[in-house]
Amino acid sequence: MSKVIKIKKGLNIPLEGAASDEMTDALSIKKVAIVPDDFPGYTWKVAVKPGEKVSKGSTLLYAKEDPRVCLTSPLSGEIEEVNRGERRKIMYVSVISDGESRKENYDKPVGAESVKEALLKSGLFGMLRQRPFDIVPFVDIVPRDIFVTAFDTAPLAGQMIGQEEYPMLEAGLEALSLLTPGKVYLSVKKGSGLESRIAETVEFEGPHPAGNVGTQIAAIAPVNKGETVWTLDAETAVRIGRLVNTGELDFQTRVALTGGEMKNPHIVKTIIGASLEDLLKGELKTGEGKIRVISGNVLTGVMVNAQDGYLRYPYRQITAIPEGDDADEFMGWASLNPAKYSVKKTFPTFLHGLTKPFKFDARVKGGHRAMILSGEYDKVFPMDIYPEYLIKAIMAKDIERMEQLGIYEVAPEDFALPEFVDTSKIELQKLVREGLDYLRHETL
Amino acid sequence: MKGLKRNIDKIKPHFEKGGKLEKLHSVFDGFYTFLFTPNETSRSGVHIHDSNDSKRTMITVVLALMPCCLFGMWNIGLQHYLAIGDADRNFFSLFFYGFFAVLPQILTAYIVGLGIEFIVAQMRGHEIQEGFLVSGILIPMICPVDTPCWMLAVAVAFAVIFAKEVFGGTGYNFLNVALVTRAFLFFSYPSKMSGDHVFVQLGSQQAVDSFSGATPLGQLASSSDGAVTLTNVLGDPLTATDIFFGFYPGSWGETSTFCILIGAAILLLTGMANWRIILSGVLGGFFMALIAHNWASPLYPVSYLTPFEQLGLGGFMFAIVFMATDPVTACRTNIGKYIYGALIGIVAILIRVYNTGYPEGAMLSVLLMNCFAPLIDYCVVNSNIRRRMRRITVKNS
Repeated sequence: MSKVIKIKKGLNIPLEGAASDEMTDALSIKKVAIVPDDFPGYTWKVAVKPGEKVSKGSTLLYAKEDPRVCLTSPLSGEIEEVNRGERRKIMYVSVISDGESRKENYDKPVGAESVKEALLKSGLFGMLRQRPFDIVPFVDIVPRDIFVTAFDTAPLAGQMIGQEEYPMLEAGLEALSLLTPGKVYLSVKKGSGLESRIAETVEFEGPHPAGNVGTQIAAIAPVNKGETVWTLDAETAVRIGRLVNTGELDFQTRVALTGGEMKNPHIVKTIIGASLEDLLKGELKTGEGKIRVISGNVLTGVMVNAQDGYLRYPYRQITAIPEGDDADEFMGWASLNPAKYSVKKTFPTFLHGLTKPFKFDARVKGGHRAMILSGEYDKVFPMDIYPEYLIKAIMAKDIERMEQLGIYEVAPEDFALPEFVDTSKIELQKLVREGLDYLRHETL
Repeated sequence: MKGLKRNIDKIKPHFEKGGKLEKLHSVFDGFYTFLFTPNETSRSGVHIHDSNDSKRTMITVVLALMPCCLFGMWNIGLQHYLAIGDADRNFFSLFFYGFFAVLPQILTAYIVGLGIEFIVAQMRGHEIQEGFLVSGILIPMICPVDTPCWMLAVAVAFAVIFAKEVFGGTGYNFLNVALVTRAFLFFSYPSKMSGDHVFVQLGSQQAVDSFSGATPLGQLASSSDGAVTLTNVLGDPLTATDIFFGFYPGSWGETSTFCILIGAAILLLTGMANWRIILSGVLGGFFMALIAHNWASPLYPVSYLTPFEQLGLGGFMFAIVFMATDPVTACRTNIGKYIYGALIGIVAILIRVYNTGYPEGAMLSVLLMNCFAPLIDYCVVNSNIRRRMRRITVKNS
């Protein structure tokens, strides 16, 4: 029997627009793009030129600091564009499909070194993350442990992998176990029936953020100063399994189209980086109000454009909610509207019913203030860390204090729920990201 | 509402940078956001937000204060008409007597306090913060009904500037603004803040012969032994019901334990006050009162009060429910809150009983613990840090 860990603090936000079980294929994607910003920690350089033919698995971008680390093309086709923004920063590299199935070939790796090499060459290494800093790992640092999460508890998130993929998951975990002297932990939802023979399986129950790998690490074996662990989701582990088992590189992913502004919320099978123009054709409601399309969930996702945006990594979800910037709500602070959601119960929310889904829009719903109420963050933050104090240390750029208060254990996503409930509307995830980057630049 | 919004949007450019009324930008923004919740949408991080904001928070606290405030007004009328021997009046004439007695004070507190907030917000280029909405109503409620408005104005100005704005405004102050105001008044104008003549407004009328305007705690403090029977303004003994519902003179917002409990229920249900502080505060006060009562001595006449009387009289419950729970000045860690609340309760009764110079200690106790709150938190947070450090040493050994 595997260990069961119960997460008590947290919150499942009742957002409307859950995806049904229906699954459709949207594999005939014409265009994909890789966005370097989704792979933090390295400075990316372009390896291709517009018009160049690439195969599935060809290197598109490589890291300036360590050219062994690269990001690869999810399909075979032609480079359409290397889009650059201000100061020639690379925004994205897009590939147009040519309908062929050229692909890079990989040998079946044997032993730790060749597994690592295969991961690097295939670009799957870029899909791993390390703590501290929540970045693409440093190649030469051997991780203490590797944490794999097999479920997602974020609002409206879909199932991460299907049962048919369990054998490949097992193969992936086996390959990963070669890369660490420590353990590989597989965190699963309680009652899912998923259990690994290779990895140490830990069952989790409780509200979001039980599925966040940060929460799981904190509950299993927290990261200390000087230690490094790798984190990934089960989908990536399945890709690794397929690569080492069959030599095939697999960029398929299942994406949940969710949110109140989707006509028919359901699951779509597609590939990483798919263009939203293809993916969302006819899916969004057409009404008067503006729609905000988010690649990812409403807590950690990034805002994208439905016409020229792409499915961003590492998200397996597209959420569409009303933008709401034309609401002009009169005296909102005095509102008795029962459809306004607040964990504080300062609105007559109970009249609406607590389990019924709420319609959220993207408004901040208040002015930005200094931290006033106390204990707000703690209620939705299940780690043994004082979030308010850590945030204050980050604001003060006090490195010693950040270290003492546990910054090595956190990622921006761990602060998503505190940011949601925050009465003072402080941009916590942005602060944590800035703090982690600052720490990395000052200490490494 | 659309029309109103259109008209306001039309005059908005005057208040923006470069407009001719640029100097009033913060004031305009304050009123604008008061009327219309900003349409700002999130640009980083989470895409959806909880509906509760700082305005809603403050307004909920003001709402929770309303039972005490309304009862206090009525009680001012009651005490006044009792004192002049004309108590046979209807509810409304009692209420409106009190209402008009305290209206100037409430207006003074708001005008001075918010005025300073507006000016400071404009100087710093900030939005106007709502913290004073609560302080502004709290301040008159914890003062005697006969406090002159000019004194109140001076005290409010002192408190808002030196207890809050110099530290950075709402959220950065380490002392409760309302209590600093009260303490300023108490130490600067003691003759107007305590004694037998400030808690019942007589106006120009003559009091009846049996009248005594001393508060119950005042009566005890000035007695020489513990054989005192607490009385109301006419010299009749106070019953437990009188104490619970607050039919006695005092700082006008604080007397009714019943109304304070209603306020506490609102604060706790909406999650605006922390139950840890209230619980440990009440237990701390009860515990200290029990000790004092057990070893009662004629030297300290207040020690003859039973614990329940201690909790029900004076400003104790009000301080615990509305002052100690101010999130900005209280402890921020959960363990810290227990310690903080308990110490407030203990110190409040300690001052009340053993310092015969002060008939009431709740206010000073909260202010004292405001000063210690960061230290308590520091210790609690440090224990977390030590735990983290120990994890490394265990590993390395």
